Amino acid sequence: MIEIKGVHKSFGDLQVLKGIDLEVNSGEVVSIIGASGSGKSTLLYCINAIETINSGKIIVDGVDVHNKKTDKNKLRQNLGMVFQQWNSFPHLTVLENAALAPRIVKGFTKKEAEEIASKELNHVGLGDKLGEYPTRMSGGQQQRLAIARALAMEPAYMLFDEVTSALDPELVGEVLDTLRLLRDDGMTMICVTHEISFAKEVSDKVAFFHEGQIEEMGSPDQVLDNPQRERTQQFLSKVL
Amino acid sequence: MDNYVFHWNVVFDAFPQLLSGAFTTIHVSVLSMLVGIVIAVLLALGKMSNSKILYHISNVWIEIARNLPALFLIYMAYFGLGAYGIHLSPYLSVFSALVFINAGYLAETFRGGFQSIPSTQYSAAKSLGMNSFKVYRYVILPQMFRRIYHPMTNQFVWSILMSSLGILVGMNELSGETQRLQSTSFRTLEFFIIAAIMYFVITKLVLLVSGLISKKVFKGELS
Amino acid sequence: MNLFTPLSWSDTGFILTGIWNTVFISVVAIVIGSILGLLIGFVRAESSKSLNIILGGFLDILRSVPLIIQLILFSTFIGAMGYPLDPFVAGSIILSLYTMAFMGEVFRSGFNSVPIAMIKASRSLGMTYWQTVRYVRIPIGMRAVFPSWLGVALSVIKDSALVSVIGYMELLRTAEQLISRTQQPLMILLGVGLFYFVISYPLSRYGKHVERKMEI
Repeated sequence: MIEIKGVHKSFGDLQVLKGIDLEVNSGEVVSIIGASGSGKSTLLYCINAIETINSGKIIVDGVDVHNKKTDKNKLRQNLGMVFQQWNSFPHLTVLENAALAPRIVKGFTKKEAEEIASKELNHVGLGDKLGEYPTRMSGGQQQRLAIARALAMEPAYMLFDEVTSALDPELVGEVLDTLRLLRDDGMTMICVTHEISFAKEVSDKVAFFHEGQIEEMGSPDQVLDNPQRERTQQFLSKVL
Repeated sequence: MDNYVFHWNVVFDAFPQLLSGAFTTIHVSVLSMLVGIVIAVLLALGKMSNSKILYHISNVWIEIARNLPALFLIYMAYFGLGAYGIHLSPYLSVFSALVFINAGYLAETFRGGFQSIPSTQYSAAKSLGMNSFKVYRYVILPQMFRRIYHPMTNQFVWSILMSSLGILVGMNELSGETQRLQSTSFRTLEFFIIAAIMYFVITKLVLLVSGLISKKVFKGELS
Repeated sequence: MNLFTPLSWSDTGFILTGIWNTVFISVVAIVIGSILGLLIGFVRAESSKSLNIILGGFLDILRSVPLIIQLILFSTFIGAMGYPLDPFVAGSIILSLYTMAFMGEVFRSGFNSVPIAMIKASRSLGMTYWQTVRYVRIPIGMRAVFPSWLGVALSVIKDSALVSVIGYMELLRTAEQLISRTQQPLMILLGVGLFYFVISYPLSRYGKHVERKMEI
């Protein structure tokens, strides 16, 4: 379970997160929606300690993420992250991309790592591209590679930061299909997304962010179909 | 008009000596690259560091190396240091000048190569649980190496060609040897033609080998 | 050891001649090298593969033999053939050809960097081939390669020092003679170094500035 309690985060004078409280239980899919700059992505980066926090606590499976003594590298093995710009490693093949971390972080042999990697790559539909270099593939394929690469570390949680925002429209579907697959597998997921209908379809919980705070949170029906707060209504009327 | 008769046999007889000169050319270039690379790494780190002192020291070295003629630096080493009682041999004068310049140019190459890798590569690798050392070793440095490989080859070729300035301080690399040999035999034209051909062949071989190595090591494409 | 002894008037005049000679031959080589390089770059960008290979091979040779060897070879050759030339003339010829070899590459990539879409657009507007060259390809291509062009030009200024080997009294050679006369190696060399630096550094900074602006 991931517990986020009273988290504040500033970049210099700019306050980005102003007191976030959120709980994500095992197997849940939580979607985070909101305008750009409302702090959604920053929250994800705070969960896996890519960013520090100014106050509050984030606890993943009982471990305080931002405690000085916490081994953050070890923590990140359990939190898979996929970015808006897939960030595939251009100097490695698809298979090598996914097998690298299992090999050098978890200590698997090359063969073992490649087995794990190919399993995940097959799962996301890239089984026939193992020897290709990412730069030769479409954005949608590279994004699925990024997902498989994160899955190869066998994390308990997956964090998705607007993973379809940088894709051409016709490629969005294949990535959303992959996310649906993961949901059906029972993966615990936090998705920052602009795809409202997708959020409604897969999520157990939806949180609407506004200027660094959670304005409204609840089930998809509650937040997306019957928003109580005015700002939520305004945001949804703009995007739908 | 054309009453110059070519006598090539003198040159062929002296070929072993020319080869030894070529060998000197190659080893002064190789050594100046190796030492230059080490210093260049330090200079690049210095220029990227937060310390103002390190930044300025590195920057001064880099800008002097990039803005002064190689021959000038060779003369500084050979004649200039003499004022302080330090008398460098021709080899060391040319060597130090080449090291100084290589370090300056390569420092900028390394710095540019490093900074051209998006910081998102670092975040992505860290998110997979890698510690900083592993991120640099497996993700950042391999990409950086691909970007600096070609400029480094060019710098090596530059060193080989510039070593020819040794002729002006009496060094025994290829040009200096050529000069010495032709002065005793008066077959200036023949000797320098052969020297030119030898430089061309050496340069081409270096580029060929470099290309082969790059095909073998960098099978992939860069972003 | 006296570090700074003031130079006599004749010595100063001597050094100034050296400075002038360096600047003059550099400018000549840069201008001629650029014009020839532009022509060659254009021809290479436009022509068939075989012509490209021949021209490329020729330029390659000029870039693969040390400048000093080219200078010695040329002056020896013309001497042996019975047509010796003044050091300035011989030096300018070789330095210009050497510059041309590098400028050719610079301009060729400049021409190749102009997007074909832009050329198609201008042809669609009714421009003739040569009009697209004059009004579209040269302005756009050259702007893109200005930093590289500047880099080659600054190298020429540094390489001009080598022309002393065939007897041209450029700055470094002048300095050398002055040193043996006055026995003040450090002061003179420092002054000469300062001169090269003052010419080269501001221009290279400007080039970097332009480069940065172009990336935006």
